Order: sequence, then C-alpha cells, then structure tokens
Amino acid sequence: MSLAHRIIPCLDTDGERVVKGVNFVGLRDAGDPVALAARYNKEGADELVVLDIAASRDHRPTFLETIRRVAAELSIPLTAGGGVRTLEDGRAVVRAGADKVTVNTAAVERPELISELSREFGAQAVVLAIDAKRNGGHWDVMVRGGRESANRDAIQWAKSGVSLGAGEILLTSVDRDGTRVGFDTELTAAISKAVSVPVIASGGAKLPEHFVQIFKEGAADAALAASIFHDGAQPIRTLKEFLSASGIEVRFPC
Amino acid sequence: MRVTIIDYGAGNVPSVERALERLGAESERTNLPDKIARAGALLLPGVGHYAALVRALDEQKMREPLVGAIQRGVPFLGICLGLQVLFESSAESPQLHGLSLLPGKVCALPSTVKLPHMGWNQIASNRQSQLLAGIDASAYFYFAHSFAGPDSNGSTTATCFHGAPFAAVVETQNIYGVQFHPEKSGDSGSRLLQNFLRIAT
Repeated sequence: MSLAHRIIPCLDTDGERVVKGVNFVGLRDAGDPVALAARYNKEGADELVVLDIAASRDHRPTFLETIRRVAAELSIPLTAGGGVRTLEDGRAVVRAGADKVTVNTAAVERPELISELSREFGAQAVVLAIDAKRNGGHWDVMVRGGRESANRDAIQWAKSGVSLGAGEILLTSVDRDGTRVGFDTELTAAISKAVSVPVIASGGAKLPEHFVQIFKEGAADAALAASIFHDGAQPIRTLKEFLSASGIEVRFPC
Repeated sequence: MRVTIIDYGAGNVPSVERALERLGAESERTNLPDKIARAGALLLPGVGHYAALVRALDEQKMREPLVGAIQRGVPFLGICLGLQVLFESSAESPQLHGLSLLPGKVCALPSTVKLPHMGWNQIASNRQSQLLAGIDASAYFYFAHSFAGPDSNGSTTATCFHGAPFAAVVETQNIYGVQFHPEKSGDSGSRLLQNFLRIAT
C-alpha cells in the first residue's frame, strides 16, 4: 500500500479549443476539451490539467467556461492555469471548478502570489509550474511560455516556491518539450530531491519506457503528457499495464 | 432525501454537488444555522486550512446547530477537513477547538515523506464498514492533505499509510468521515457516496 504514480493528460487550449497535437481516434470533435476530458476520465487518467496557453485577457471568460464544462465531466481532480496573475484570477479558476491552480510567469515576477493563493486555498491547491532549460551546469527558469530566461536557478526557485506555499511542482523540461526522446530524468531527479512536495514531470514523453525511467530514475511522483495521449498513440490503460509490469505502482480504475 | 451541504467557502463544494447529482440525489448548500438545524442529512466538505473551517463554523454560528443535529442522530458525512474537525483539535491550529465528537487530535504527517500526501492511495479496512460496502479492497482513493486523524481511534474503520498510519474512514453511530475525496475518486468514490446516501435515507 503506497501512493500510486500518477498519469496526467494535459490539454493545451487557446481558451476554448485544444490546440496542440490533437487527432484523437474515435472522437468526433477532437479539439473539444470536454470530449477529451470525458474520455480521459473514463480511461483511467489520475488527474487532468487544462492550460490556457494563449492566456489573453480577452479570452478569460471563455477559458473559465471551458473549466466549468470540463469539471462537469470529471470524477478525478482537475488542475487549471495559464495566465493566472492575481489572487482574483486564481479564485475565478477555483470557482469555475478546478481543484488546483497553476502559476508560472506571474509567480516568478511576484513570488507573493504563491503565498496569497496558498493562504486562501491551501498548499494542496497551488501548483508551481516551472519551465526549466539547461544552461551549463545548472537549469535556468524560463518564462513567457519557455521563450525567455528569468535568470534564475530552477532548483533554487523550486525550493523558494515550496517555502512560499506551493504544494506541488509541475516541472517542464524546455529542452525536451515536443522532442519525444523521453523525459529529462536528470532535471526531474534534481528537483524532486531538492523539494519536499510532489513533482509532476513534463516534456519529451513518447514511449512507455520513458514513463518507467521518469518514475524510477527521475523520482517523479506523476508524469504529464499531451499529444501522445490526444493522438491515440498511447492509450492510458496499456501504459499503466506496462508500468505495473515494470514494478511501478499505478491505479487501475475498477 | 435532500442532503444539506455545509458551504463555508471550501473549493470542493461544486464537485461534491456534481457527484451527488450524478447519483440522483438532491442537495442544497447552505451556511445558515437554521437550515443546518433542520437538515435531514448533513455533508461537510472541506479542503485547505483547518483554521478557515473552524473560524467559519464559529463566525457564521454554524457550530451549535451542527453539533446539535449530529447529537440528535442526523446522518453526517465529513470529507477531508470535514473529518478532521470531528476530533478535539488539530496541530495545524492548536489554539482552535474542533467539534470534539471523536476523541483524539489531528496530527501532521511525518516530514520523512513528501507532503502534501497527494494522489491515489489504497486503504486497509480493519472491520465492518458500511461506507465501504461493495467497494473492492484494493480500490484507490484520492487524497490531498498534510494532517490526519489518529488511526487508533475506536471508530476508525479503515486506515491509510503515508509515512505513518492514519484514519482514512471513521464510522460511529450516525457520524461518518473520510480523509480522501470521494467526489474526486472515480467510481470507488461514487460508490462510497451512494453508500452514505443509502445509510442516510
């Protein structure tokens, strides 16, 4: 009896439609986050993450409506974020039905945002998203969708984020994102060892072996991927069967 | 049978409402003392900080009608903090008083493991449980917490382990509580809520 390693599909949206790597076999409308959410809920995903990657102020009400419609389909936890800049933004996301809120660039610019959200909703509801990119012997924190360096050490930032009240780290390797060559186990292990909270690894997943690696060598508590799930290349159930056969504890829905 | 959901502002109220709705149960959310006093079945969802819940119960004058209703035998289900508040107090806010309907104190989980205890875990049912009736012994439930009630409590019907054993399910007379989130625990959670509805009606 111990915590199961979590498998988390991620829906990158423009606020309303899933925008990356979508070609889900058997779905009539593959870009619809609600249809995808319902499918993942049924197939044994352990959580769902929905991000607004456009994060434009004008589209905010649309994204909140998307969260509401997605939440209505789920009997598993929902994390949402993208463009959360203030406590009020975070409140709107929680009120729309998310169990956890992710913060990224705005928290780098104003770290107190983490404490504000944590005080109001509890640490378990605050996910610090860190986009990290190797720079010589360490990893830099990247902001604005991974495009700009914040000139900050990722391990140090993860530690500060946790002491400010983040209850989980969503760690994306900018080097691996979209490459499909596997998760960055070195980065993930370094962060996982440095902090006391669970770490979700993201970026680079393709094969079931990549998931085994990130759990065994990367010490990840959860692994997140988007397109390999959306395009039907990697059904969640077969992934979990592979993990289980590799000696990794996973949860099978009954 | 209508379930009265005590709404002190916790984030998981809408999920609980939806979960009950899927089971065909009627519910209403309230923070009004007289509605709590007249309830036929009570559900207290909670998530976040212990102090926020206890202060809300006191400031909004919900403590007395809640304790009164439970003592009169009204079926009660506490979720997460809603379970923790049943004990005497919590190490999360030692100066505040819980409802003292169960003996013992809520303690922090050990810092030797990752906290919060976040994700899907299994539980060990140690005796006859009504809430877990018909649910597979190997089922997983979703947890998100750093504090927990004592596993040695006489009313504990299932325990979980994360660095230390703790109470996952308590049942005594009309008082029911779960440390995990049945509203987020897929089919197993739905089954548990259905069991509570059956008990309550």
